[in-house]
Amino acid sequence: MAKVAGRPHSPTPGAPVRWLQDHVRALTETTRRLRVRPAATLLTLLVIGTTLALPASLQALLGNLGAAGRSLGQRSLQITLFIRDSVDQAAGRALAVQLARRPGVATARYVSKDQALAEFKARSQAADALALIDDNPLPASITLELDPGQPRSHAQTLEQQLAGLPEIERAHIDAAWIDRLYALANLLQRAVWLLAAALAVTVLIVVGNTIRLDIENRREETVVLKLLGAPNGYVRRPFLYMGLCYGAGGALLAWALVAAGMAVLARPVSELAGLYHSDFALQGLSLRDAGLFFACALALGWCGAFVTVSQHLRHIEPS
Amino acid sequence: MTEIIRFQRVAQRYPGADEVLRDISFTVEQGQMVFLTGPSGAGKTTLFKLIALLARPSRGDIVVDGVNLVSVRHGRIPAYRRKLGLIFQNPHLLPERTVFDNVALPLLIRGHSGADIGRRVRAALDAVGLLGRERAYPPMLSGGEQQRASIARAVVTRPALLLADEPTGNLDPAMAAEVMQLFLRFNAVGVSVLVASHAIGLIHDLPCPVWRLDKGRLRHGATAATAEQADG
Repeated sequence: MAKVAGRPHSPTPGAPVRWLQDHVRALTETTRRLRVRPAATLLTLLVIGTTLALPASLQALLGNLGAAGRSLGQRSLQITLFIRDSVDQAAGRALAVQLARRPGVATARYVSKDQALAEFKARSQAADALALIDDNPLPASITLELDPGQPRSHAQTLEQQLAGLPEIERAHIDAAWIDRLYALANLLQRAVWLLAAALAVTVLIVVGNTIRLDIENRREETVVLKLLGAPNGYVRRPFLYMGLCYGAGGALLAWALVAAGMAVLARPVSELAGLYHSDFALQGLSLRDAGLFFACALALGWCGAFVTVSQHLRHIEPS
Repeated sequence: MTEIIRFQRVAQRYPGADEVLRDISFTVEQGQMVFLTGPSGAGKTTLFKLIALLARPSRGDIVVDGVNLVSVRHGRIPAYRRKLGLIFQNPHLLPERTVFDNVALPLLIRGHSGADIGRRVRAALDAVGLLGRERAYPPMLSGGEQQRASIARAVVTRPALLLADEPTGNLDPAMAAEVMQLFLRFNAVGVSVLVASHAIGLIHDLPCPVWRLDKGRLRHGATAATAEQADG
């Protein structure tokens, strides 16, 4: 008897250890409860996982679109310099040699007026029309190919600098299609964010509703805990961990779905890129995006649980 | 002696009903065991609810272990309840947890270490004669065993005050007498005990004061015999 009713001798461990113990217990209890009803847990995770997979896969596709643009853009980022007619071939060639030495420039190819006409005749169906004109209307030019990895801003700066040279009539970056691609990617990025916001609300509702049902199933336990003097944080903790588990499980499932989708698309995309002379390969979510995505899923699970628990637990009191 | 419970002109009225408790004043000293009796509807359970802060009085002051319950804020109620050992007619055991885990709950809530929990739970189960049943689940226990498990849960934290509301209501006379003996044993080591029951026959031979509640009014100084006479 004295052992039961005597004064406490070593009641609790230190605060950090106690805090850690409480959380480990809550997490263990939560995972046990999730394992006890595998079908219901899996169904909830599937709903959350597929909901999260949609924005995640779109984000991955956008990442790939950007990568494809960079890959193709780097390969074909060229500046064409049209030379004034007053500049003779020798001066033109000398200028090309001089420009090839500039930092960031991989090659500089001089195309004389005659070469330009010959190439035009070889490629264009309107070549016959040129036969009607006495003079060659095409200018000589220098085509600069920039080093791979040069940013677009560098090309623009270089274009402006070279356009100011006295030998140059006009300079032009051949990358309009890349601008269109980036504009499209920007538009899609915003659409993905909007879609992600809508689907985040869906995840909040799914988690919240699942937690609400769990709170109802554990009403008696909640009453007993409150009778025994459990603080609100203690009563709330297992439900918050449940929300976190749903978030984490849903994120893992979504990541697996995205990875599977990418694996299915990898080969046809690679074949398509080959047609454009690119070695582009489809990639899954980047580490940064995957980390961000996982953190968002955890936050959604926790928030969904917190809002629901805050609303419902205060109505369950012993009487 | 210092007082552990003090009621001062306490009244309780539920909305749309007569007063359940009327002008109740009494003091329970530390280490005292008091038996509260009275017919059904006399207000015994209401009085317990007031002490456990499951309800607030309409009038009057209640001080328990130095805490004025009238001024306890809602957020401080859990900390206050952790000072009490509560036992009800319904044992309120969680059916999916073992007896050990049920008894360990108050210690888990307080953040005790695993080793300390094991030591205390086994001591409490030993005290109520359930040491061999710690792995059993509540549905596997008899009514008496379930109530003893709930008593073990109430005393495992070594509370200064044990409140038992109709603890023998679902038990046969032999089991009920055994439970009353348990309360006496806890009281013998210094725990203040307040037991409410309409079964006055349980305390014929018990050396504790009997207070009688009747129509919301408290009558001190009764004996088991006079209280039994009053109950008819």
